[in-house]
Amino acid sequence: MIVAEQKTLEEIKTLVGSAKNVLVAGCGTCVTVCFAGGSREAAIVAAELRMASKLAGDAKAVADVTVQRQCEWEYLDEIAEQVGKVDVVLSLGCGIGVQAIAEHFPNAWVVPGLNTKFMGLPTEQGVWAERCAACGDCILGLTGGVCPIARCSKSLLNGPCGGSLDGHCEINSDVSCAWQLIYDRLTSMDKLEVLMDIQPPKNWKTSRDGGPRKIVREDLRLGKEE
Amino acid sequence: MTNTNGYLSGSNLERVLKNGHFAVTAELGPPQNADRSVIIKKSALLKGYCDGVNLTDNQTAIVRMSSIGAGAILVQEGLEPIIQMVCRDRNRLAMQSDLLGAYALGIRNLLCLTGDHQSFGNHPGAKNVFDIDSAQMVQMVSEMRDKRIFQCGEEMKGQEPRFFVGAAESPFAHPVDFRPYRLGKKVKAGASFIQTQIVFDIPAFKKFMEKVRELGIHKQTYILPGVSPLKSPTMAKYMRDNVPGILIPDEIIKRMEAAGAIWAGKSKDELTPEDKKARSKAWQAEGIKICIETIQQLREVEGVSGVHIMAIEWEEAVKPIVEGAGLYPRPVVPAPEPQADKN
Ligand code: SF4
Ligand code: SF4
Repeated sequence: MIVAEQKTLEEIKTLVGSAKNVLVAGCGTCVTVCFAGGSREAAIVAAELRMASKLAGDAKAVADVTVQRQCEWEYLDEIAEQVGKVDVVLSLGCGIGVQAIAEHFPNAWVVPGLNTKFMGLPTEQGVWAERCAACGDCILGLTGGVCPIARCSKSLLNGPCGGSLDGHCEINSDVSCAWQLIYDRLTSMDKLEVLMDIQPPKNWKTSRDGGPRKIVREDLRLGKEE
Repeated sequence: MTNTNGYLSGSNLERVLKNGHFAVTAELGPPQNADRSVIIKKSALLKGYCDGVNLTDNQTAIVRMSSIGAGAILVQEGLEPIIQMVCRDRNRLAMQSDLLGAYALGIRNLLCLTGDHQSFGNHPGAKNVFDIDSAQMVQMVSEMRDKRIFQCGEEMKGQEPRFFVGAAESPFAHPVDFRPYRLGKKVKAGASFIQTQIVFDIPAFKKFMEKVRELGIHKQTYILPGVSPLKSPTMAKYMRDNVPGILIPDEIIKRMEAAGAIWAGKSKDELTPEDKKARSKAWQAEGIKICIETIQQLREVEGVSGVHIMAIEWEEAVKPIVEGAGLYPRPVVPAPEPQADKN
């Protein structure tokens, strides 16, 4: 899932600025699961903004609403009326949600309430960790299901650097060394031989380096009318 | 095309190694400014005492004069540079173009490294590159030389860069069991020489070399273990506790402490500046002694072709170490006769 974190109230206040009518828009999918921008968080942020603006002597009207998925037009249609009535939409969706609102409602001013962090998973209650960098050409089959692109601090493809120590990455003892994980997993699966071949330079064209990406599935597109 | 008479590059380091001499390389850290006199001063301390000088590339992710720039100055000064290049700061385009330039400036040895993460240095907010890794860099530059192609596969017209290509290995970094294999990968990729992380623990290094020999890697490359003179017991403990892949046996720490024993137990204020100077001298002398003994022990290990002396910000130490280890004067192996172009 996409993992995000709320911006500070200070920054949110600045982003909202002098707007009188505010709509806090939560999202019911990834950011709900990571407790950053679901209906609960949207209600709390709305209350905080109301309180803060009142204290500042500039009481704002702040409503909140949460859609199932901000990243799909059809769910956004449900809030079209509310969006049309406010001066600013504070989206608690991920960066995709914010952009979906901007794209779908050309007349709406939308600002982000979250910092979108990464694609990952919860490793324990209250802890999320990155797992995939969407490189566009998955090599997990060569690395025992541990991603060196997203999880090795240097995205190395041919084994650990000299900084690996006691299972940790050189950048921080809180970060696992991806190559230690790969090594351990391949050892336990008796498949170490896959590490002996030299992996050639990666073609980063499939990654963000190739420019913004797009997938077109002709088989799924609605037939164009002749 | 340059005819290198059977040599890959014809560099001094390659000639010394290929002719069976025990090689000595040293290290020079370029300054954090644009002052060429720093390079000249430091290189004067190394001239004649080693077969090649490593020039670090933004070591520990701190901006310094480029290894290529410093290397070009060394060429002018009549020393043999071994430029280091890390994967952190350049993509494959920048690497190849810089290496064409480095060769044109007379640089003939290259050490391919991963590079410390930028979070250690003075620009922690920088974007890193890591387009290719160090094994891939070794392969790329070897193919530029041997196949005369760029990384993309396009043919190179005209003079190809003919480097003596090396790589690094940290024998005691984790996972330890994988290290000899990783070394093997780099050698398979084309590394003609290997410089290692600093070695103090001889038994541990011997164990590493046993595996290296079992894999036959020592016959396909020249291995130069790293050594470093300790400056003080504090430095020794710092290295032991903070630098991944450096093992320092207690016995060495004890020797360093014993060297300063007559000043031990005194508080900072009780020591006069003269005391401190004398203590520092005693520590340094012991550090150099340990380094010499380490070299002598490493020399006995089958598969070791030389040593790489890392006297970081202490280039003065190289001369007594090389002399003390009986490695002075350095061998002179004449350069191959330059021959007329074949094409
Ligand atoms: S290899 Fe690429 S696609 Fe696969 S997990 Fe890693 S970043 Fe994601
Ligand atoms: S320590 Fe491990 S995870 Fe960190 S950069 Fe090195 S190989 Fe990658």
